[in-house]
Amino acid sequence: MDERAHDRPAVDGRVDDRPVHAPGRTVRAPDRPERARGRPPGGSRRAGHGAGRVPEGCGVTATARGGARIELSGWGWRHSGRAEWALRGVDLVVEPGERVLLLGASGAGKSTLLHALAGLTGPDAALTGDEEGRLRVDGEPAAARRGRTGLVGQDPETQLVMARAGDDVAFGLENLAVPPGEIWPRVDAALAEVGFGYGRLRSTAALSGGEKQRLVIAGTLALRPRLLLLDEPTANLDPPGAALVRELVAELARSTEATLVLVEHRVADVVGLVDRVVVLEPGGGVLADGSPGAVFSAHGAGLAARGVWVPGREPAAPPSPPRAPGGPLVAASGCWKRGAPDPGALAGPPADVLRGADAVLAEGTATALTGPNGAGKSTLLTLLAGLDRPTRGEVAARGRLAEAAGKAGRRPLARWPARLLAAHVGTVFQHAEDQFVTSTVRDELRFGPLRAGLGAAETERRVDELLQRLRLTGVAGVHPFTLSGGEKRRLSVATALSSGERSPDVLVLDEPTFGQDTRTWAELVELLAGLRAQGRAVAMATHDELLLAHFADVEIRMDGGRVVRTAERTPTATEPPR
Amino acid sequence: MSTAAPSRPAGAGPAPEGPRRPWLSRANPAAKLIAAFVAAIGLIVAIDPVTSGVVLAVALALVPFARLGRRVLLRLGVPLLLMSLSIGLVNAVVGEDGPVAALGVAVRLLAIAVPGVLAAATTDPTEMADALVQRLRVPERPAMGALAALRLLPLLAGQWRTLSLARRARGLDAGANPVRAGALFAGKTFALLVRAVRTGTLLATAMDARAFGTGPRSHARVSVWRASDTALVAGSVAVVAAGHALSIALGTWQVLFG
Amino acid sequence: MTDPHPTAARHPGHRWRTVDIVVTAVLGVAVGVVFWAWGLAWNIVQPAFLAFPPGQGLMYGVWLLPGVLGGLVVRKRGAAVFTSLVASAVSAWLGTSWGVTVILYGLLQGLAPELVFAAGRYLRWGRGTALLAGAAAGLVAAVLDIVMYYPTWPVAWMAVYAAVLAVSAAAIAGMGGWLLVRALGRAGALTPFLSARG
Repeated sequence: MDERAHDRPAVDGRVDDRPVHAPGRTVRAPDRPERARGRPPGGSRRAGHGAGRVPEGCGVTATARGGARIELSGWGWRHSGRAEWALRGVDLVVEPGERVLLLGASGAGKSTLLHALAGLTGPDAALTGDEEGRLRVDGEPAAARRGRTGLVGQDPETQLVMARAGDDVAFGLENLAVPPGEIWPRVDAALAEVGFGYGRLRSTAALSGGEKQRLVIAGTLALRPRLLLLDEPTANLDPPGAALVRELVAELARSTEATLVLVEHRVADVVGLVDRVVVLEPGGGVLADGSPGAVFSAHGAGLAARGVWVPGREPAAPPSPPRAPGGPLVAASGCWKRGAPDPGALAGPPADVLRGADAVLAEGTATALTGPNGAGKSTLLTLLAGLDRPTRGEVAARGRLAEAAGKAGRRPLARWPARLLAAHVGTVFQHAEDQFVTSTVRDELRFGPLRAGLGAAETERRVDELLQRLRLTGVAGVHPFTLSGGEKRRLSVATALSSGERSPDVLVLDEPTFGQDTRTWAELVELLAGLRAQGRAVAMATHDELLLAHFADVEIRMDGGRVVRTAERTPTATEPPR
Repeated sequence: MSTAAPSRPAGAGPAPEGPRRPWLSRANPAAKLIAAFVAAIGLIVAIDPVTSGVVLAVALALVPFARLGRRVLLRLGVPLLLMSLSIGLVNAVVGEDGPVAALGVAVRLLAIAVPGVLAAATTDPTEMADALVQRLRVPERPAMGALAALRLLPLLAGQWRTLSLARRARGLDAGANPVRAGALFAGKTFALLVRAVRTGTLLATAMDARAFGTGPRSHARVSVWRASDTALVAGSVAVVAAGHALSIALGTWQVLFG
Repeated sequence: MTDPHPTAARHPGHRWRTVDIVVTAVLGVAVGVVFWAWGLAWNIVQPAFLAFPPGQGLMYGVWLLPGVLGGLVVRKRGAAVFTSLVASAVSAWLGTSWGVTVILYGLLQGLAPELVFAAGRYLRWGRGTALLAGAAAGLVAAVLDIVMYYPTWPVAWMAVYAAVLAVSAAAIAGMGGWLLVRALGRAGALTPFLSARG
């Protein structure tokens, strides 16, 4: 027990205040591996180890060791302005040091529960609403424990507070009024703990997504939380970034004494790290609770049916319809694009985002743009969609698309009138909200056909058909911005399909399946496969391996603003695009 | 669609501990702010070219100490000159006090703006917030909140560009129609504000999660006030006073609305 | 390290949560971005108005949006001033031609709507209040402009200028701001705030 109380020099920053070292290396305190070994394989409840009994110092600056105990009984939460409860009748006890995965269909209140556990709900917080029942962390109301509970959210952009790495980690310590002399050693220790090797002065804006998220975790660990809440920490990252954070989360799950509660969309990635899986029922309480194996064998099918990504129960490939022969519809050749300048006279000159990229979108072909964030996928996609002009090079319509547009079709795609473009090329943006321009779902779908000159009756017929097809009939009168994530995604696809007299010849999508549950995922892929079968060209930028495997005919791999490889994905694909 | 990474990180500013930081960058931001305000407020009352000319001359003499580089100087200086020219012209054409007063207004405008632009261009926002809180006793939570919000500037600027592309994707463009341009602008402003409120709420939650606002804060960085900072403030007062004195002595002094 | 709002304990509705502070500031930053976009348009039309400078005032209202907007969204004491200050600080930092002078503008242009909201005891948030708040900001801006840029104008011109700005600000910042906030509420973006309930 005594060893436990003294075995965290790197985190305390008292014994070890070394500066940070080489990038990407996880610096561990010498005793770490030993403690990791000390933990029985397969995960164990830590209550019996006494970690939770280590006396808690008084005041928030005292060293907090061990894990917190969570206790909820009959707990419920209703968001302000809502009639129905997000969660109700939750009974749950988590012992100190446990590693728990929270699961549930989208809208089951997983994130709400994490925020409540972090003390971030209530009249003094951003998340307001009505609470019932009892929620205690170490016997106290959660709000009394801010600073001793750490919460890491999805998007590092909205979690980093300061412009420089060290300042950001120091931010929480300043809030807890840690004496200035103690702050920097603790900052360096936390940076070392997450393997952040750039040093304190590194500008946070210059980091990749994965590095930013590691920094966010460092800022949380510096506070020495007894309860660590991770709310889909890899959700907004590209695969390399997600891997970087996953590695750190795995390390934390092995080594931290804190109680760990995790929400993760990609269940397969984390199921090996937890002792226990708790399934929440939307609008209800705990549906299932137990070891991962037991929960998945008893409830796996039910969870999968509700859209949860259960390992081994991923959606199947869409029925692969026969493809139309593919002539090119849009061709980009030798495209360069300079980044947009940042506002401000002090901004440096923008760099080139694209450096001579070529791409062809062909009839009846699904083309996937892949590559790490910053490779130029989105930029190339906006050029292919005719939304923006290349700095150099050309993007032009070909074949059926050029003929359909008449005289204007001979111009570069970026110089087509917007109305003509929208009728023939549909675009789905990564953030669905960006493309909504009216205040109800129905108006959003009427907008395109009416502008394309379809009559009122024909417009209504098409709107009803799209509403039905994308499961939006029930929310037709609702403001688009208030929809759930899946509904927004489906509506954004529907608007892109609705714009012309018929569905567009080319559909361009930026990360269409990002963050979707399996139901929306499968519906989208089926819809896109149907368009492909009709001879439309589908282009998408994506990190989604399953989408690539099930749907992409051609993969355009990008890096550093260039196309590094164009390859057919399946032997049965249409003729190569070049 | 997401736009590329920003070329200049918001809030990064000049490196805090670079070995060869120009003198103006090292000065305490509070001192620069005060000096700029001394020039601005001290010159409001006089619209003759001599008073302002003295201050402008000193301010221009300080430009090399900011080491801004030609590109930045041009981007800051050209609009400033154009504006001062057009304002001078308007006062010359419409004004009742003659061409000298019009010249005075134009020079005064530059004399007020240049110190302020210099102060802004050489100041790192983090250091500014530290200086405001530690030196000028500005309430801490709003100061830190504003600093955190400033980090979102490139994100929101990128968002604005994305919104422009998204309107085109939906078949909307203004062409040469100013009414449609206005409607489009209002629609984009609305969408940007939605994103701003959402992003701000998430950021506030992240700050609360790290115990922001739970009590008095300590300060990891110390905002140092040196003798040179006192000299900068005193110097700004002296220069403005010298300008007025010289102009009065020459008999050119002309008071606002006088 | 004094609390920015010492009266908080007595007026729970006026106590600033972190979300109030940060969203107000982010609104200021967003309006700063809108300014930046607007500035591009502004520079293009400015020469066209050279013959009759008060005409510029027709487009002026956008600069006065932040105070009205911040007040209407957060509905707390000081929100109008704070939003306006942040928006102006963003402009200053972006390196506008005005430097820190813009901060002075921001402060005073925020103070004007703040006084209007204060006169309504922070209980009136309707269209009329918004129009008044906008007009007040416009008047303050006109006074500042006249002092800074047009001190040699005939008094009649000054009066016309002030009137044009007040009307423009009432329409664009006041009415426009009110419509924007109502739209934000309908879009469900204001749930953390009292303004969500209309």
